[in-house]
Amino acid sequence: MRPSNVLGTRAEVEAAQKPLDQASTLARLALIGVALAAVIGAFAYFGGWFTPNDLTPARFTDAFEYVDGVHSGFRRNHAKGVGVSGFFESNGNGARLSEAVVFRPGRVPVIGRFSLGGGQPYVADTPDAVRGLGLQFSLPDGELWRTAMVNLPVFPVRMPEAFYELLIASKPEPSTSKPDPAKINAFLARHPETVKALTVIKSQPVSSGFGNSTFHGLNAFRFINAAGDPIPVRWLMIPMQPFEAASTGSAPQGKNFLFDALIAAIQRQPLQWRLIVIIGKPGDPTNDASIAWPAGREQVDVGTLTLDRVESDETSAATDINFDPLVLPAGITPSDDPLLSARSAVYSQSFRRRAGEMKQPTAITPADVRKGD
Amino acid sequence: MSTQPSQFPAFSRLLHWTMAAMVLTMLCIGVAMVVSLGSYHVLVSIHRPLGIAILILVVVRFVNRLLNPPPPFPATMSRAERLVATASEFIMYGLMFVLPLVGWGMLSAARYPIVLFGSVHLPFILPQDVMLYSVLRTAHTMLAYFFFLTFIAHFGAILFHTLIVRDGILKRMAPWNIRPQEAASR
Repeated sequence: MRPSNVLGTRAEVEAAQKPLDQASTLARLALIGVALAAVIGAFAYFGGWFTPNDLTPARFTDAFEYVDGVHSGFRRNHAKGVGVSGFFESNGNGARLSEAVVFRPGRVPVIGRFSLGGGQPYVADTPDAVRGLGLQFSLPDGELWRTAMVNLPVFPVRMPEAFYELLIASKPEPSTSKPDPAKINAFLARHPETVKALTVIKSQPVSSGFGNSTFHGLNAFRFINAAGDPIPVRWLMIPMQPFEAASTGSAPQGKNFLFDALIAAIQRQPLQWRLIVIIGKPGDPTNDASIAWPAGREQVDVGTLTLDRVESDETSAATDINFDPLVLPAGITPSDDPLLSARSAVYSQSFRRRAGEMKQPTAITPADVRKGD
Repeated sequence: MSTQPSQFPAFSRLLHWTMAAMVLTMLCIGVAMVVSLGSYHVLVSIHRPLGIAILILVVVRFVNRLLNPPPPFPATMSRAERLVATASEFIMYGLMFVLPLVGWGMLSAARYPIVLFGSVHLPFILPQDVMLYSVLRTAHTMLAYFFFLTFIAHFGAILFHTLIVRDGILKRMAPWNIRPQEAASR
């Protein structure tokens, strides 16, 4: 039995309205079609279907694969590395700058990963390869802080699009296994900010290993203090191990000499870095990682990082961490630097791809790490 | 003439329209953020807490649905149509529950923090497992597209009934109150 309904029975509904003639039925069907097409079109528009040439996280990650190939299970950039762990001991000096729990006096556990730039997991170590240090601080209230740093004082580009271009231009030619100088020069001609940044980068002496490298957070962030004021900051890790210049001789070195030295050093004694926060002044650009802030900005030593354990990527907990620079605790927020969101997006895409792939043996095996013992 | 209400209770309608706006926003943010570089972080920061809000509200909504059954379907709807309509209603409740839960689960498996606001964040509900993340991440996308298709079917059916059959079905869910005699006289 059909329930009676104040909306009207079928007979009532039919009696109350004139039947639609064919033309108005078609017009109404067309209207429905237009409405549905509009909704589907809007969805497709947001999904980027109408702008296939836009640079997306997927296209960015494709570019890493284009340059270095696809290596199943590995990060698309900074593919070669080892895991480390230890702790960060805050001295409390940062607490006036940021309400983040990590800056209260005390110790928080850290896991991290030293790596070489590029997407080739078995590449031979070279002194001038970009050295990376990703860190995850596990705060007592369950928050996480991740930062992905490199040993360059500034980033070579200001915009994500420029990084993409540079990446494509720097693909090694099969004949020379070096980038095509013409392509690089064409890029540099279009990007004077990169020329300037490379001058700064090349003026910095390269250290002998990971342990005596300074690692820079590169991008600006904002600390939020207890009063809620935003403070523009950059941070870096300054090694407590003495500087020693990278050897310039042509003496043959092992394929993994940087990692072998790191493993040996960390097994001898813990390695330490001071976390230095640079405080920007009004007017210091926070949206340009390619230029350093003027010298003389206030620097605050907020604590000491101690790394006392090293592990192969095959066993380290750091392997399954995406060192997304926008995993931030309350008290640290992103700046307006356009690289930050792009880094977060592309790291996420790289992580997604490698997460679903078969894992392969890494360049630095668990046996290599034990050998250092 | 029966005295059965022709409209959903006001609270049900409020939930329907609020969640309709939230779900459509979520679906659009979802497809937009995965292709975005510059807006990725902002969109993700909205997507996660908004998804959790939907998860909470759909539980409220489901309980409300059990307590407050809907008004009768218009007489113009056949038995089969009613079955499809009710099934799609429950499919959408299911999706509003499962999609955020899969999202929470996949972020847990990948150890991505699920920050609601400030330092307030959700616990991880799955062990760290990147392969599990990968499977759930794909499921999240598939379910979202399925939800969008379900929404299109729902929207299309309502338009068809409103414009072609003209049985006033939209009045059951109209955000404003419709007096019974007004409803009956169209």
